[in-house]
Amino acid sequence: MAEDIRFWTYVMVALTFSVYIGIAIVTRVKSTEGFYVAGHGVPAIANGMATGADWMSAASFISMAGLISFMGYTGSMYLMGWTGGYVLLALLLAPYLRKFGKFTVPDFVGDRYYSSTARLVAVFCAIFVSFTYVAGQMRGVGVVFSRFLEIDVNSGVIAGMILVFIYAVLGGMKGITWTQVAQYCVLIVAFLIPAVAISAKITGNPIPQIGFGSKVVEGQNAGMFLLEAIDQIHRELGFPEYTATFGGGKKSMIDVLCITLALMVGTAGLPHVIIRFYTTKNVRAARYSAFWALLFIAILYTSAPAVAAFARVNMIQTLNGKSYAERPEWFQSWENTGLIAWMDKNDDGVIQYAPGAAFAGKPVFAQNTDGERTLGALGQPVLDNEPTSAPNELYVDRDIMVLANPEIAQLPAWVVGLVAAGGLAAALSTAAGLLLVISSAISHDLLKRTLMPDMSDKQELFYARIAAAVAVFFAGLLGIYPLGFVAQVVAFAFGLAASSFFPVIVLGVFWKRATREGAIAGMLSGILFTAGYIIYFKTINASAGAEEWLFGISPEGIGTIGMVICFMTTVMVSLATKAPPAEVQEAVEAIRSPYGEMPQPTEYEI
Amino acid sequence: MDRQTRHQQYWKSNTTLVAVLLVIWAVPSLGCGILFVDALNGIKLGGFPLGFWFAQQGAILVFVALILTYALVMDRLDRKFDDRELPKEDAS
Repeated sequence: MAEDIRFWTYVMVALTFSVYIGIAIVTRVKSTEGFYVAGHGVPAIANGMATGADWMSAASFISMAGLISFMGYTGSMYLMGWTGGYVLLALLLAPYLRKFGKFTVPDFVGDRYYSSTARLVAVFCAIFVSFTYVAGQMRGVGVVFSRFLEIDVNSGVIAGMILVFIYAVLGGMKGITWTQVAQYCVLIVAFLIPAVAISAKITGNPIPQIGFGSKVVEGQNAGMFLLEAIDQIHRELGFPEYTATFGGGKKSMIDVLCITLALMVGTAGLPHVIIRFYTTKNVRAARYSAFWALLFIAILYTSAPAVAAFARVNMIQTLNGKSYAERPEWFQSWENTGLIAWMDKNDDGVIQYAPGAAFAGKPVFAQNTDGERTLGALGQPVLDNEPTSAPNELYVDRDIMVLANPEIAQLPAWVVGLVAAGGLAAALSTAAGLLLVISSAISHDLLKRTLMPDMSDKQELFYARIAAAVAVFFAGLLGIYPLGFVAQVVAFAFGLAASSFFPVIVLGVFWKRATREGAIAGMLSGILFTAGYIIYFKTINASAGAEEWLFGISPEGIGTIGMVICFMTTVMVSLATKAPPAEVQEAVEAIRSPYGEMPQPTEYEI
Repeated sequence: MDRQTRHQQYWKSNTTLVAVLLVIWAVPSLGCGILFVDALNGIKLGGFPLGFWFAQQGAILVFVALILTYALVMDRLDRKFDDRELPKEDAS
C-alpha cells in the first residue's frame, strides 16, 4: 500500500505541475497591464474559480476541517468569517474598484485621497499583510511534500519556489489567474472525493451537507443522528458538547462575535483578494465574479464542517477503548509521521481518549543507538515526552482529519496522491496571488508612482519581474527558516486589513467628504491600535486570560474594534479638514457609475 | 431629466439595495448563528439544532444567494438608469 501511495503521489504531483508550467508558457505577458491585472480580460466565472483558489490556502484545505473537528460549534467563526467577507466585498468594494480600473490597492488609496503619503501607508500595509500570509504558504508546500513524498521539508519549499517563480515571473497576473483556475479544479476534486466517500460510509448519504444532519449507520451509535451521537460521546468522555455554544471551556459570545466580524471585514480588505476584481472585463463582470467566487468557495466551506463531524465520530469510535493491537490500518500508516501517537500510561494495552493533552509538546520518538525507533511491548513507538496527569493517552494532530480521510474511507491509492496534489494546489495558488501583490506594490506603487515616474512601460515590467523574483526568494527563505511567531501573526493579516484598508476604501466610495488627512489618520490609528494590542497580548503578556482582554475580546478579534476606530477617526478628521478638491469629488461620482470613463487623477503633492 | 439627476437616483437605489442586503447578511450569520444561537438550538432541523445549522451551513448559503441577488438587481438598475443617451446638462 505505502509503495502504491508514493507512486500515485508522484504521478499526480508531476501531472498537475506540468499543467501549471504549460499554462505559464502559454500565458506569457508583454505589458504591465497584462502583468498586474491580466489585461482586464478574465471572464467572470474563470475569475470566480481563480479567486476561490487564491483564497483557499493550505490552511483551508488541510487544517480547517480538523480545527472545526476539535472546536465544534466555535469553529463556525472561521466558516462564517471567511465566507461572509465576500458579501461585503461584492456589495461595497468590488464593482467600484473595478470601475476605478487601475492596478493595485495603494493605487486606489493614493488617487482617491490625492496623497502620496496615503499611498505609501497603503504600500506598507499591503506588503506587511501579504508577507505574514505568504510565509505560512511556502511552509505548507514544504510540509505537503515531506509528508507524502518523504523528502526533506526544505527541498519541498525549494521545489515550490521554482514552480511559483516560473509562472509568476513569466506570466504575472495572467499566468497566475489561469494556473489558479486549474488549481481550483484540482483542489476541489481532491477535497470532495474523500468527503463524499466518508459521508457515505458513516451516514449512508453521499452528500456531505446532508449526511451531516443524518443518522449514523455503523458502529455503536448506529441509528442516532450524527450530531446527537457526537454530543453523547463528548458527554461520556467529559468533553464539552460538540454543538454547545459559549462558556464551559468554549469561547464567550462577545469573542466569537468579534472574531467572526474581524475575519469577515479582514477578508474583504485583503489586497490579494481585492486585486482579483481588477482583472474582470467590466463592472458587471466584477459583481458576477464575486458570486462565482463565493459559490466555488462555499462548495468546500459547507463540506468541511461535515467532514469535521464525520472525522470526529469515526476517530473516537474506532480508537477509544480499543486495544492497541486491533488499531485500524490508517492509524498504523500515519503513526510513522508523528501526526498521531499513543502513550500507554496505565499499561493496559487499550487506547483511552479523554480531554487534555496526553503529554507535553509534539511526539518525540525514543531511538536506539542505530537511530531506529524503540518499540514497546505491543509494537508501539516509545515516546520520550513528559506525560501529563490527564487520563488521555492519544495525541492527534488536527491535520490528520483531512490527510488520513482517504484511508479511513478505504479509497484507492490514487486518491491519496490526489489529496497531496490538492494540498499543493491550495498552497501554491495562494502564495502566487500574495507574491503578485508584493511585486506590484514595489514596482508600481513605490517605483513608478513615487520614485521613478518617468520610466517606460517596458522598464516597469522589467522591475515588476525582478520584484516578483525577489519576493519569491524571500518567501522561500521564510519557508525554510520559519520565524517562531509566524503562526501567531496570522491574526495580524486579518486584523490589519480590517482596521486599515476596508474602512478607508468603503468611505472613499460612499462618502465624498472623506479627506486625505482623515484617511491617513484613520489608517494609522487603526493599525497602531490593532498591532499594539496583538503584540502586547501575543508576546509581552501572552499568558493573559479573557479577564484582562479589552471587553473580553481576544487578539484574533480585536480587528473589529480597530475597524471602528479607523472609521471614527477618518470621519472626525475629515470633518475637521478642508473638503476634497472638486476633481476628486467628480472622480468619486465616476466610480459610482458603471458607465463612462474615469477622469484623469489630479496631481498631488503630499 | 438630465444626466446628473438620473445618476443621483441610480446611486440612491443602489445604496438602499446595499443597506437592505447588509441587514439580511447580518441576520442569519451574526444573528441566528451567534447572538440567538442558543434559543434556535431548541428547534431541530432533521439532525441539526437550528442555530448550529445556521452557523455551519445556512449562513454560507444565504451569503451566496445575497451576492447573486445583488448582481441580478444591479443589472436591472444599470439598464433602468442608463444615462449614456442623456444630455450632460438639462437644456430646459
